[in-house]
Amino acid sequence: MKALRGIAMIAMLVFTANTTAIVFEQRDFDNAEQLERYKILIYELRCLVCQNQNLADSNAELASDLRREVHRMILEGMNNDQIVEFMVARYGDFVLYRPPLKAKTVLLWTGPFVLGIGGVVLLLLQLRRRRTQRAAPIPLSDDERASLDALLEKEKP
Amino acid sequence: MIRYLLPLGAFIALVLLLGVGLGLNPRLVPSPLVGKPLPEFSLAQLRAPDKTLSRKDLTGKVSLLNAWATWCVECRREHPVLVAIAAQGNVPIYGLNYKDQRPDALQWLERLGDPYVASAFDGDGRVGIDLGVYGLPETFLIDAQGMIVHKHIGPISREIWESDFVPVIERLASGSS
Repeated sequence: MKALRGIAMIAMLVFTANTTAIVFEQRDFDNAEQLERYKILIYELRCLVCQNQNLADSNAELASDLRREVHRMILEGMNNDQIVEFMVARYGDFVLYRPPLKAKTVLLWTGPFVLGIGGVVLLLLQLRRRRTQRAAPIPLSDDERASLDALLEKEKP
Repeated sequence: MIRYLLPLGAFIALVLLLGVGLGLNPRLVPSPLVGKPLPEFSLAQLRAPDKTLSRKDLTGKVSLLNAWATWCVECRREHPVLVAIAAQGNVPIYGLNYKDQRPDALQWLERLGDPYVASAFDGDGRVGIDLGVYGLPETFLIDAQGMIVHKHIGPISREIWESDFVPVIERLASGSS
């Protein structure tokens, strides 16, 4: 019961409508929808200074400036595509944590699947070869048969 | 035979792939701005705050735009090279003083020499964002039409200047005449 109440309280805290985002600095928005978009955008945009962090995680100066730009553009009424376009025009696809699928990035998107499927195919082929080998044992050559016969002959009483 | 050569071949291919991958510098992000016109900007000049430096000051001739700041250690390393290039007088160098303090920047130029025809003061880094600046120093080579022909990220050394800039500048000069 106590645990349930705790969960309910956390849920309330999380889902309470709040139009202020504090990451490293406070940002005020007109409504909850804008705040939600801000959170998603800074989560999906990469900080170019510390390359394995997104804008939401990075305390680099540039990340702070880019958060300011995202905030400004949201308040100016630009939609998500326009904001992403703004970033890509300046920093390239690298700024996106999920780069778009195009000729240059096909290998990036399909590579792991191609390798994985290729591995499974190789494994299956190997397994099947082993099974057929076991089903049909290699027959003895004439020489082998002769020496085997000779050995068996010797064993006879 | 093929049983052994196939895995060996695959292994060598993997080693080559990883070797090439290790040799790349992950901090070098190719700029989408190369081959595009220099973005419009207009900023107060560092030395003369009442005057502006804008895109049209850089057009009409081949020029360099160098983003720098006093807090940037690599810029300090690059600075003597810029001074030497400026002394040759072939290409005018414009500066973009990025997210800096004006007194610090002025003192830096006073002490180390000023290779710039003029520096634009970009205190809040807005123009830096428009130029896709993310790691100082960065240098743009701009042709007479105001197109970004080449961008170098990191300090320019004499070697880099000779190999990456001079041939392009010569090509541009012979093309326009």
